[in-house]
Amino acid sequence: MGAILLEGLYIMAGLVSLVTAFMAFKDSKHPTRMGTTLFWALLALVFIVGKYVPAQLIGAVLIVMGFLTATKQVNFGSQKNAEESVREERSKQFGNKLFVPAMSIAIIAFAVAQFTPLSGLVGLGFGAITATVIALVMTKVEAGYIAYDGSRLLQQVGSASILPQLLAALGSLFAAAGVGEVIATGISGVIPQGNILAGVAAYCIGMAVFTMIMGNAFAAFAVITAGIGMPFVYSQGADPAVAGALALTAGYCGTLMTPMAANFNIVPAAILETKNKNRVIISQVPFGVVLLGAHIVLMYVLAF
Amino acid sequence: MIKLIGVVIILIGFIFKLDTIAVVLTAGIVTGLVGGLSFNEILSTLGEAFIANRYMSLFLVTLPVIGILERYGLRERAAELIKSIKAVTTGKVLTTYMLVRELAAAFSLRLGGHVQFIRPLVYPMAEGAAEINYEDVSEDELEIIKGYSASAENFGNFFGQNVFIAAGGVLLIVGTLSELGVEVTPLAVSKSSIPIAVTAFIFAVIYYRMLDSRLSKRLAEKEDKAERGAK
Repeated sequence: MGAILLEGLYIMAGLVSLVTAFMAFKDSKHPTRMGTTLFWALLALVFIVGKYVPAQLIGAVLIVMGFLTATKQVNFGSQKNAEESVREERSKQFGNKLFVPAMSIAIIAFAVAQFTPLSGLVGLGFGAITATVIALVMTKVEAGYIAYDGSRLLQQVGSASILPQLLAALGSLFAAAGVGEVIATGISGVIPQGNILAGVAAYCIGMAVFTMIMGNAFAAFAVITAGIGMPFVYSQGADPAVAGALALTAGYCGTLMTPMAANFNIVPAAILETKNKNRVIISQVPFGVVLLGAHIVLMYVLAF
Repeated sequence: MIKLIGVVIILIGFIFKLDTIAVVLTAGIVTGLVGGLSFNEILSTLGEAFIANRYMSLFLVTLPVIGILERYGLRERAAELIKSIKAVTTGKVLTTYMLVRELAAAFSLRLGGHVQFIRPLVYPMAEGAAEINYEDVSEDELEIIKGYSASAENFGNFFGQNVFIAAGGVLLIVGTLSELGVEVTPLAVSKSSIPIAVTAFIFAVIYYRMLDSRLSKRLAEKEDKAERGAK
C-alpha cells in the first residue's frame, strides 16, 4: 500500500518536472530553451519510468544531464511572479490565512508519519495535495497556475535540485569502490579503535572541516560518513538517526565559518555593504566553534 | 590511496566552483574506474542508487502550491509579521528573528533570505534599536551589527530545517546511511534534529545578549571620552 502510494508520488514529482520541460519549451524568450527542456524532460522520465528501465540507462541519462549542466544549458526562463503591488494588496486581503496551506504540508506529513503506518514521505504527498486544494479554494486562482508557478519555482531552484540525490548515488559508488575502507585504514592510525568519544569527535570535526573546504555539507556528509562515521561511530552501536542528524548539523557549523559557502556568508556581506567582506564569517566563528563542541557532547551522550 | 581520487576531484571542483553536477558525476565515474568497476557497472550503480533515492526530490510536489501562495503575497505577509517585532535592543531584535526563522524552517516555510528579509527589514530594525539606545552609533558599530544581522538568518535556517520530516538534509541522511547498509526513518532523523535546534536557539540568546553588552560597553566608553574631552 505505502509502496504503491509512494510510486504514485514519484509520478506526481515527475509530472511537475515534465510540465517544467513543457513550459521551458513554450518559453520563446528562454536563453537556453532546448537544453533546459531536455534536462527537465529527462528528470521527468527518470521519475516516472525509472523503476522499469535498466539501471545502466538511468546512469547514461544522468551523464547526459551532467553534460547539459556543465555546458550551462540549464537556466531560468522568462516566467514571472505577480507584480509587487498586486502581491502587497493580496497579502493584506488574505492576511495570516496565507500561512495555513503553507504550514499544512509539514503538519500533515508529520501527522501521517507519527500516527499512521504510512511513511512521512507519503504524508508529504498528502500534505502537498491538501495544501494545493486549500490554496485553490482560498485564492480562487485559475488552476493553470498550478503548472505555471510549479515550473517557475523549479526552474528557479534549477539543476541543484537533483544534487542530494546525486550525492547519495556518489556515496553508493564510493562504497562499491571501497573508498570507506581506505579512509578508515588511514584514520585508524590516528584514532584509537573502540574509543567512542574519539570517534564522535573525529566524525563531527571531520564534517565541519570538510564542509569548510568544500563549502557544502551535503557533499561532506557522503564522504565523511563512509570514511569516519561508519568505522568509528555507527559500528560502535550509535543510534544512527541521532548520529546522522548531528553529523550533518556539525557540518553546518563548518558552513558558518567558511568563505567557500559564498551564498550564506559572502553574498550577504555584499548585500549589506559591509567594509570587510568576511564580516559575516567573523560574526559567526565563535558561535560555530562553541556549537561544534556542543555537537560532540550531544552525539556522545544521546547516540550511545 | 588512489581510490581517494574522487574525494580530491570533489574538493578541487567545489573549490574552483566548477559545475556541481558534472563534478559529482566525474568524481563518481573516476572513483569507480580506479576501484576496478567496469563502465557498465558504474552506470548501473549510479542509476540504481539514483532511482532508489528518488524520494529525496519529492519536494517537487510542494512547489506548485508554494508558487501560488507567493503569487498571493506569502512573502509580503511574512515581512509584515517581521516588521511587527517589538524589541528594544539590537540583540533582542536578532534573537526574535532567529526564533521566527528557525520555526519557519522547521515547518519548511522557505521564508527567510538575506536579500528578502535581512537587508530590507531585520538590519534596519537592529540598527534602529541601537540608535534609539545610544547617542552616536559609529560606522564601526554599524559594521558589527550588519555581520550579526546576517548571522541570525543563517543560525535559524541551518539548525531549524532538519526538524522538517522531508527536509533535503533529513532525506540525505536517510539515503546515504541506507546506501551504507544502515536503515533509519525520516521521522526518527527529524525528531533527532530537535535537540540541536533547541541548543542553537539557547546559544543564540546568549550570543546576542553578549552583542548587546558589547555594544553598550563600546558606546558607553565613547560617551565617557566625549565628556572628558569636553572638560
